Order: sequence, then C-alpha cells, then structure tokens
Amino acid sequence: MKILIVGGGMGGTILANNLAHRLKHELKQGKAQITMLSASDRHMYQPGLLYVSIGRMATDALYREQTSLLEPEIEFHVDPVTTFTLDQNQVTTQSGKTYGYDMLVIATGSRAMPETIPGLAENSVNCYTEANAIEMWRQVREFQGGTVTIAVGVPHKCPMIPLEVTFVLHDYFKERGILDKVKFQYTYPIGRIHSLAPVGEWAKGEFDRLGIQYETLFNMKEVDGANKVVHSEEGTQSHYDLLVAVPPHKGMAVIEENGLGQSGWIPTDRHSLKMEGRDNVYVLGDTTNLPISKAGSTAHFEAEALAENLAAIVKLGEPVRDYDGKVFCFIEAGSDRATYAMFNYNQPPAPKPPNRAVHWFKMAYNQLYWASARGLL
Amino acid sequence: MSERQTIDARGSFCPGPLMELIARIKQAEVGDELEVLSTDEGSANDIPEWVKKVGHEMVESFQNGDVWHVVVRKSK
Ligand SMILES: Cc1cc2nc3c(=O)[nH]c(=O)nc-3n(C[C@H](O)[C@H](O)[C@H](O)COP(=O)(O)OP(=O)(O)OC[C@H]3O[C@@H](n4cnc5c(N)ncnc54)[C@H](O)[C@@H]3O)c2cc1C
Repeated sequence: MKILIVGGGMGGTILANNLAHRLKHELKQGKAQITMLSASDRHMYQPGLLYVSIGRMATDALYREQTSLLEPEIEFHVDPVTTFTLDQNQVTTQSGKTYGYDMLVIATGSRAMPETIPGLAENSVNCYTEANAIEMWRQVREFQGGTVTIAVGVPHKCPMIPLEVTFVLHDYFKERGILDKVKFQYTYPIGRIHSLAPVGEWAKGEFDRLGIQYETLFNMKEVDGANKVVHSEEGTQSHYDLLVAVPPHKGMAVIEENGLGQSGWIPTDRHSLKMEGRDNVYVLGDTTNLPISKAGSTAHFEAEALAENLAAIVKLGEPVRDYDGKVFCFIEAGSDRATYAMFNYNQPPAPKPPNRAVHWFKMAYNQLYWASARGLL
Repeated sequence: MSERQTIDARGSFCPGPLMELIARIKQAEVGDELEVLSTDEGSANDIPEWVKKVGHEMVESFQNGDVWHVVVRKSK
C-alpha cells in the first residue's frame, strides 16, 4: 500500500511520523510505503514568527532540517508537486518525476496574500513570513508614537493573531516607556472583537482596561498610503501611523491551478477528511475548506485522526474513527500572561482568565513543538 | 450565470458562519446567491446585520430543525 503525503509542514509531518509508528511492521515487511514530497528541506515553526516580529525570537530558532524530524522509514524528497492527476492516482513534480499512490494526502498549507487588497502590501506590516516578520520588527522598533491600527483580512490562519499581536505590541511599547504616545485602533471583520464569542467578551474587557479602541464590522477594502487611511467595505475608515495587517489568505496556487479547489481550499468531508468525490484522497490542515480554525493544532488533531484511519485501512481495510473538529489555541494576552481555547464541532470553548502558567507553557511548547512534529507528543 | 452556493458552517465556532460568508462572498460573482448553513442561532441576526451594512441583499432566512439557513445575494 503506497501512501503519498504532499506537504511537509505541521500536518504532513505529524501524519507521516504517526503513521510510521503505527505501521512499523508493515513498513519493514514492504507491505506499506510512506513517501513525502515537500517544497523545502527546512521545517518552519510558523508560530515563532509572532515573536520574531517583536524582537523576542531569532529567526534561526524557527527552523529544523526536515529530515531530522522524520522517521527513517519515510522516503522524503524536496520536489514540489506541480500536477495532480487524481484519475490515474499520480502526481508530477517540478523535477519532472511522477509518483503513484494508493492513498494520497494533500497538506500544502496556506499563504498570506496582502496583494489582494489594494495598497495593503506596500503600506502595512505583518508577521506571516520570515521577511515580513523581520520588516515588522524593524518598523516596530523605529516607531516613536502615533496610531497603531490592526486590520484583519478573511480568511486568515491562526485566529488568535489579531488579538495576540495587539496585546504583545501593547506590552512592548509599555516596556519601551512610550505607551502614552501610542494609540491602538483594533478592527475586526464581524460584529464582535473575536470570532469565538467568549474570547471576544474576555478580550473586550481587557481592551477597555488597557484603553485599546476597537471597531467591529470592519473589512478592509483598500489602503490609501498617501493619506494613511484604511477604507472598509462597510464605508468607514481608520487612520494609522503603523498599519499591522492580518492579510487575507489563500491556499497554494498549485491547488487552484489543478482545479482541486477555489482559492486553494479543497472541498473536504468534515469527519473522514476525504476530498469530496474522491475515495483515496485525503486533505489535512490549512488547505481544507472546513469551517474551522486554520491552525497548527487543527492540523495536528486532524493528522492524529487520519493516521489512525490510514493505518487501520492498511491493517483492516476500514477506517476506525471520525475527526470531531477538535482545535486547541493558546492566546498570548501580553508579554507574561496567556490563556487558551479548546473546542470541537459540538462543544464551544470556555476560556479561563489568562495567567502566567499558561504563558510559560506556551513558551515551553515553542520548544516542545519539535517533539510534537516527530509524533512523540 | 448566477448560481447558488452552499456554505456549510454547521458546528463552526471559529471562524464562524459570518466569517465564512465574508471569505466566500469575495470569490463569488455579482448576482450569485450564497446559502449559509449554521447551527449558531446568532447567525440569523449577525449575517443580515452585516449584509445590510455592506450593501448586499438578504434573500431569505429560515430554520430547519437545528440548522439555520441564511441566503444572501452578492449585489456589488
Ligand atoms: C505568525 C503565525 C503564528 C501562528 N501561531 C499559531 C499558534 O499559536 N497555534 C497554532 O495552532 N497555529 C498557529 N499558526 C498556524 C499554523 O502554523 C498553521 O495553521 C499550520 O502550519 C498549518 O499546517 P499545514 O500542514 O496545513 O501547513 P504548513 O505547516 O504551512 O505546511 C505546508 C507544507 O506544504 C509544503 N508545500 C507547499 N506547496 C507544495 C507543493 N506544491 N508540493 C509539495 N509540498 C508543498 C510546504 O513546503 C510546507 O512544508 C500560526 C501561523 C503563523 C504564520
């Protein structure tokens, strides 16, 4: 049984290692084979970019060699897929090679697309790529006061970033002693300040306490860099001196180019994680069209459920469980306090007040992640 | 040609039905209808509120069992 995993990020890596553990004997006996194709020989811990953007993490701490994270039985190639020929159970790569499979898993992730909103890319900072996080840190460091506007595009990965970036910047300017010169203007697309209602309630109290202003039902339409104004689809506008963006996202171009899903989001069954209309193609992580958070923890829990099912298909011919929509998100509430939200398709989250212990657990998780990627946690 | 697309946002706490609609309506053509399925009672209010503010059109909104159906036409 040939299992082909396209994408070596959070979802793909956790899946591959978890599968390699479950299929140890089958791999040894040649009854199963796991191949991973990815676009990079390095694995990036993307949540670290938030800390890079405020000067709290060096960029080399973001990376590990991908081969150092994978079980030795997994065949790994840095050779991105360019063509998916699903009817023939094969993909073709940039180098011109063709790979066949019995079961295919697509986990190619998502990317921030500030260029889809006029004026946004040129006039804002964000923490969604290494280069952007470094540039954000430069502008934040040089900022001497004025209005910091946070503007949020839809959809975006990591639903906590809008709040987290606001809280950590608030504490950064406080520590620098210039908070009295900085005004925060937070904007959010829907009618409350976070999509999770209880998180929004809690954050509203924090914003009021810290003097952070907010406007809801604000969807970026265009940015007028000359006048330093963001215009919303709803007809309002917000002035800025430093515009911190959470840009709208798309899946990878290769997904849309191959007709697998509009804007790179692949129609996926919410429980089996099968691509709609396909019996041996599965989808994992950010690139699904599921109505749940695009987060590493989503990719992680999906990968665990899928690994169990794919291993069961190899061993028993049938899957054994459903993915229940589980997501767990840490929420940094400043420079030394954090909380978390956990929920699934049926259970809403009930976040607790932030405390130091959760913050230090998040700091520890930034290191523990590497064990998690290896499938050990 | 305009068509009706379904956005299955049942069980979505985050990003939630309205955020799913905002993401999808950007990709739709003017005249297209989008039907949001939601298990969150709030959607029956917050989707029409946004639709009105931004200038799209509400087509209908009804409840079928535990699921709210909110249909919106993209008008600009
Ligand atoms: C600043 C920031 C902070 C975040 N904070 C958190 C957080 O606190 N908690 C949390 O849970 N999540 C967080 N996330 C989100 C999390 O990083 C992503 O949701 C997660 O990485 C998604 O996993 P994935 O496997 O779907 O995609 P990715 O991890 O992005 O992996 C995609 C993989 O596909 C490969 N690939 C791309 N194209 C091709 C191709 N054509 N062929 C083969 N391979 C290809 C890439 O090289 C990469 O290896 C954060 C993200 C950012 C940017």
